[in-house]
Amino acid sequence: MISRAIFENNVGGTIFLGILAILAVMVPVLHLAVPEDSFFHVSTSTVVVFGKYLSFALLALSLDLIWGYCGILSLGHGAFFALGGYAMGMYLKLQTSGGAPPDFMVFLNWKDLPWYWWGFDHLSFALLMVLFIPGILAFVFGYFAFRSRVTGVYLSIITQLLTYALWLSFFRNDMGFGGNNGLTDFSTIAGYSVQAPETRAALFSTTAIALMAGYLIAKAVVESKLGKVLVAIRDAESRTRFIGYRVEAYKTFVFTLAAMMAGVAGALYVPQVGIINPGEFHPANSIEMVIWVGAGGRGTLTGAALGAVLINYFKTIFTTGFLAPYWLFALGGIFILVTVFLPKGIVGTLASVDWRRWIPAKRAPADEAQLKPEPAE
Amino acid sequence: MDQVSGNKITRALLYLSGVSVSFEGFRAINNLSLTIDHGEMRAIIGPNGAGKTTMMDIITGKTRPDEGDVLYNDGNVDLTQLDETSIANLGIGRKFQKPTVFEQHTVEDNLLLSLKADRGVWPNLFWRTTEAHRERIDEILEITKLTAHRSRMAGALSHGQKQWLEIGMLLGQDPKLLLVDEPVAGMTDAETAQTADLLRDIAKDHSVVVVEHDMDFVRALDVKVTVLHEGSVLAEGRLDQVTSDERVIEVYLGR
Repeated sequence: MISRAIFENNVGGTIFLGILAILAVMVPVLHLAVPEDSFFHVSTSTVVVFGKYLSFALLALSLDLIWGYCGILSLGHGAFFALGGYAMGMYLKLQTSGGAPPDFMVFLNWKDLPWYWWGFDHLSFALLMVLFIPGILAFVFGYFAFRSRVTGVYLSIITQLLTYALWLSFFRNDMGFGGNNGLTDFSTIAGYSVQAPETRAALFSTTAIALMAGYLIAKAVVESKLGKVLVAIRDAESRTRFIGYRVEAYKTFVFTLAAMMAGVAGALYVPQVGIINPGEFHPANSIEMVIWVGAGGRGTLTGAALGAVLINYFKTIFTTGFLAPYWLFALGGIFILVTVFLPKGIVGTLASVDWRRWIPAKRAPADEAQLKPEPAE
Repeated sequence: MDQVSGNKITRALLYLSGVSVSFEGFRAINNLSLTIDHGEMRAIIGPNGAGKTTMMDIITGKTRPDEGDVLYNDGNVDLTQLDETSIANLGIGRKFQKPTVFEQHTVEDNLLLSLKADRGVWPNLFWRTTEAHRERIDEILEITKLTAHRSRMAGALSHGQKQWLEIGMLLGQDPKLLLVDEPVAGMTDAETAQTADLLRDIAKDHSVVVVEHDMDFVRALDVKVTVLHEGSVLAEGRLDQVTSDERVIEVYLGR
């Protein structure tokens, strides 16, 4: 039943999954099997950069789940991404040091690993923490915030404070996370060199598959009756309460789920870019994510992913040329243009076009009345 | 206390006694006492600012009274201790003055969300709509004359249709007590008459409290009327009785 809901009448989603499946197979083949001088060869830098984009796409998807479908505008969603990234970084760091305290602890004269590093030398434990640490933080934060009925701009402000507090904390050397430098100099992951082309290709494919899985989970959630409750909360929160739904429980659920997805995105990001530092907690990052989702199309899932890839692609082009100092102006410009000309975002605008109008004569005129009208804003 | 039996304070479905609430010095509800019996339908009228909507806010847990008792279901439940969600789940449904439906959901989904069922997170994540649910939705669509509009977005409905959809959502909840705030505001005369029929029909197996300004509508309902004024009960009785009451004429009908 869920698979039907996903593929039937969901052209965008099917295309999205199809492209990702092709990328997951073809990029490793073109990177590894095609000789470097061939036109079809995909270079290492391309694999790394697009792998990074796909992890951002998963992050944007998770943000769309809470913002697009439940109206929770988190301006601190990057915190969960960074925490997932740190959990993976801790594993990678211990691979480099062979389980001993890593270099930055040696500089601090720490003889033993602090207790919160225990277990991170095992990949399976680290992967669990990638889910649990963002999940538990989101659950506790969400439980108190939503129970106290903090909504709208006030919620945005406290999420911003959450990530700001983590940003300041992770800068401190005595936190035991490498301070300003963060965690870097990774050697192996699951026994394979992180620099090896095969590993890079595998990480790329894993990210593409994770994004597909994330999309399927998010789609299943929003298509379920719970998803309808989320939209009901977004549009008329107090009405939803008066019908008997415990709004705070639904918000906490979706907030926690989204945080866990963001954690996975962070964990896939770190081995590909080779570093995680406190900068990832910076409030500006979390705001940028909101722009990805808004540009791509809030409440569309695929649009969020597309927005993340497109804007980051522009960012890469912009910040590698002479235009680099003007990137923030360009980003602001994109945000203004999208808000003015495409308020539903790219995918939201495409979805609101009645494409059937262009397919002649299949539809009886009587159906005209059944067409979905433009939802009132 | 008028309805003492055994050690119970009341046998009524809803019992308000000595309820007061102030907002920044303004007494919106002032020593209000009101009793709704099981299966009763009651109309509440009163000029603007008489405290009608505030009274509903108190019953449904949106506003907490400063003092007084609000008891439900033979006096077994103290509503002042509960929040909106818990009160809704005890079987008190509410229709708002301004029609509030889920505009970005279809008419059908609006009803699905309101259907009496487990409100928990997990049961709704793994929800299956059964044949019984579909039949109930079809029934309500029929009653509210919205069958032809089932796949339309609720936001695209006319004002009157939204009012009916909201009443339909109340039916879906199947509450013991329905609180209906100005159901015919902004309706045409024909719609008003149909709404009166609909509410009388609902009142056959539910208790209903209707707040309304429209005197023709209240007359059409043909039930006991309570007149509120400055946050307390001014008069109670049949419509012709209260409308001939000197004090009511003075404050409400305006002389």
